[in-house]
Parts: sequence; C-alpha cells; structure tokens
Amino acid sequence: MTNAVEIGASGAKVEEKLFQNRYLVDAGRPHIQIRPHEIPSKILLSLTYTCPAGCYSRNDRGQVEIAADGCLECGTCRIVTAETGEIQWEYPRGGYGVLYKFG
Amino acid sequence: MIEERFDAIVVGAGPSGNAAAYTMAKEGLKVLQLERGEYPGSKNVQGAILYANALEKLIPDFREDAPLERHIIEQRIWTMDDKSYVGMHYRSEDFNEERPNRYTIIRAQFDKWFSRKVREAGATLLCETTVKELLRDAKGKVIGVRTDRDNGVAFADVVILGEGVNGLVGQRSGLRSELKPDSVALAVKEMHFLPREVIESRFNLKDNEGVVIEAMGTITAGMTGTAFLYTNQESISVGIGCIVSDFAENGATPYGLLEAFKNHPSIKPLLANSECKEYAAHLIPEGGYNSIPELYGDGWIVVGDAGQFVNAVHREGSNLAMTTGRIAGETVVWLKRRREELSKANLAEYKRRLDETFVMKDLKKYRRIPAFLHNNKHVFGLYPKLVAAAAQTWFRVDGADKLSKEKEILKSFRKGRTLSGLIGDAFKLARSWR
Repeated sequence: MTNAVEIGASGAKVEEKLFQNRYLVDAGRPHIQIRPHEIPSKILLSLTYTCPAGCYSRNDRGQVEIAADGCLECGTCRIVTAETGEIQWEYPRGGYGVLYKFG
Repeated sequence: MIEERFDAIVVGAGPSGNAAAYTMAKEGLKVLQLERGEYPGSKNVQGAILYANALEKLIPDFREDAPLERHIIEQRIWTMDDKSYVGMHYRSEDFNEERPNRYTIIRAQFDKWFSRKVREAGATLLCETTVKELLRDAKGKVIGVRTDRDNGVAFADVVILGEGVNGLVGQRSGLRSELKPDSVALAVKEMHFLPREVIESRFNLKDNEGVVIEAMGTITAGMTGTAFLYTNQESISVGIGCIVSDFAENGATPYGLLEAFKNHPSIKPLLANSECKEYAAHLIPEGGYNSIPELYGDGWIVVGDAGQFVNAVHREGSNLAMTTGRIAGETVVWLKRRREELSKANLAEYKRRLDETFVMKDLKKYRRIPAFLHNNKHVFGLYPKLVAAAAQTWFRVDGADKLSKEKEILKSFRKGRTLSGLIGDAFKLARSWR
C-alpha cells in the first residue's frame, strides 16, 4: 500500500498525458454524472485514484466531483459503482468524446 | 433512420464486429454496421498484436495492403523486481517466414483498413451512431436497435453485438449481468515515437522484424496484472494493466504504475528520447470461461470482448474476437440459406460451432486460472523477488562456494513461502493449467 501510494504520488501528472490526446467535447452534456451526496462512500472515493484519466477529485467540502472532458471511456468507474448506483454513465453521443489516433 | 430492413445489424466496428459484418456481406447479406466513434478504431485500444491465422480465415491475402507494423521474431517474458528482470527469450529465424504468424499493429489504422474491407464487401457502415437499446417484438424477439440519431431506429432479422467489453446495450437489455470488478482488468498504454533505426538498433532488429516483451512482478505493486512493451515500425507501445478490484483496494493510480514501469532500469533505456503522442485506457475481460455470458437468444448473438472472449494466460483476444465474429456471421449465413428463423433454438448452432474451435477449447482449458491468479497474489510479488534474488546469488562471483549458494537459494524460497506453500502453489498451478 505505502509503496503503491508513493508510486502514484511520484508519477507524472495525468493532465500532461491527456494533453497528448484528441477529444471532441460535447459541451454542456457530460456523459457521466455523480449522484448528489454529502459524504462520499469509500467506493466513490476510490475513483479519485482508479480513474486512469484522473477525472474524479474531491472538492473543498470533501465531496467527489467529476470533470469528464478527459474521460478515456474505459468504464472502470461504471463497473466499480454498478452495485451502489452512485454514478450515471452513458456513452458520449455518437462521434463525441475521445478520438484515438493510434489506440 | 434507414427505412429498409436488413438481414443483420452489427453493433461495433472492432475486430469482432468487422469479422461478422465482413463474413455476412461477402455472402450477399444486407448488413448495417453501427459504430459510435467518428471512424472505426477511434474508440478502440489494444497492445496490439495481430494473430495472422484468425485474419487469414477471413481475408487470406491481407498482407498485401493491411497496415502491419512489424512481424514478431522474438518474444521476451520477464519476471521483474524493482531493479532487475529474469527473462525467458525466444528468438528464431523461423519467424522470418513468407507468411509471418504474428504482427504488431496500431489499432486505429488497422481498424480503418478492416472496415474498408467490410464496406467493399457490401456492408453499410454508419459511424457517429451510438446504439441505445435493442428493439423487441411482442414475443420478446430482438428485431432491431434504437440509436441516438433522430428517428434512429433500424430493423433486422438478427443483431450481432460486437460492442466490446464495456457493452452497455447487451447489459442494459438484460442479455448479461454486469461486469464484476474482480474479473476485468484496467490497462493503460502510451505510444512512444522513435526513429525506425533507433528501434532496430535497441532491439537488434532489421527490416520489419519486431520484439514483444510481456512482464510481471513487483511492477504491479502486489496487484494481479502484467505489463508489456511492443515494437512498432516507428513507435513503441508500452502499457500496464491490473484487475480493477485490485486498483480499488490498493490505492495505486494506473498512470503512476505506468510511470514506474517506464522508469524501471530495464525499461527506461528502451524508451530513452522517445516522444509520447497518446495515452489510452481500456478494460480487458479477464474472467475467462466461467464469465462467458449467454451468447445467443431470439434474434441476437454476442461476439468478441462483449462475450468475454479473452485468453488471459496467452494474452490473446483480437483473434478470439475475429473468430467468434466470423463464426457468428457464418451461422447467420447458413441459417439464411436454409430459410430458417434466427431464433434462439436455431442460433444455438453458433455455440455448437464455437465449441469446436480453439476459442472454447482454450478458455475451457484455463477455466481455473483466473481464480488461481486472483487468490495467489504472491505469484506477482513474492515469487519475482525470490527469483531475482536467486539469480543474483547464482551469478555473483564472491568467493562463496557453489553448494552454499544453492543452499542459500533453497532457504530463501522455503523462508519466503514455506515448503508446503511451494508444493501447494505448484500443485494448484498444475491443476489450473490442465
């Protein structure tokens, strides 16, 4: 655990990685939404580190927020929260979202 | 959307959907293929290795114009600790053959090529179209799909779902249960560009020869997973993946893990001075045979990753996708020719045919492996450390006599895992492998 956290903390910023990618953002129509909550569950909190695009973060009141513009559409958050129903996950509208040049 | 009625609708333009659509269109069926990306491949991610055999069965002369990167002449399998790797390398001139067996590919380019073949065969492709749900008649038979386009419905005798691992259509239509976090891996990957001659000198290659590295060990920080590095013509694909539930419990970030792997002393020199041009993430179904859902029903068939068709042990998936897609297509063509209904009873032929192929035989052979790996995490942490330490003890010449070295190595294994633990692991692995 400690080792893993250190790896995460010392790693490159995920924002720099996402900067390489092409996206067509569907402005104003986020394809993922978090159910409103006061105190985030352990599962919801886990998304702040399992999301490979770093889309999830905690705001100053401790709630988990999402900025889905950099989403890689892998579905990890959808699967992890499937039982609790804490997020609403749809594919972006046809043509929108990440556009892999290489894949 | 499209008024005419189709023989078949294929959801997805990846390897499984393309194989299915190609097979049916080539035989004269009216096929509509729907893809949510801007172009086929724009949502798809793979290492990627192409297995020639599965594609040859569809397009025998694919080598003439498919965008292939390098044919693989050397396979390296590494077990790694923090400072070293112990490797098994196999390189053979036999792989420099007229019709090479495995190639590295870049999926976005390959999928575009494959899709062009599908359209040339006569299928209609609609991109930028996300399928939202299956349409059924009063008896529950699937008769078409609803998409996110205006008036976006289309009808067909059968819907083939090649929608990938995160396949919402089948899931939300109740065709299969939700993926479980402990039977699916999250993999992240980067594309690193280097001049062709640099890659060739670093990996001892000429012409279009290629090397692939598959690695496991402390690089996954105690989680069940593997890493890879594949040589393309002018780029290197490098990535790492672990089981999703392990990520959730462990606290590691996928990108942190990837950075650590790239900075491993055995990997870093291979990537030196490269330029990263893309970062991707994708899920991989890892549950194997026991996770395969219902594969067919009244008016529908599931192919590829959506059906969990991945052989985790051998890192094969795209060939299973193409094979299941082809066989689904052949089954539909066969039933159509016989003027039979595409009912559940008749589509059982798809499963019967699959059972006769390597797809089902291999997945069945390894059906116990996913549970073994899930319940024996020391395979990914402790053993690589012990193996690396043993190799160092063995190779370092330091005045100690060889018998003492042998004893030290054996002692380290017994101390690390106990004798009964070692025997138990060997037994469990052998049984799972059988």
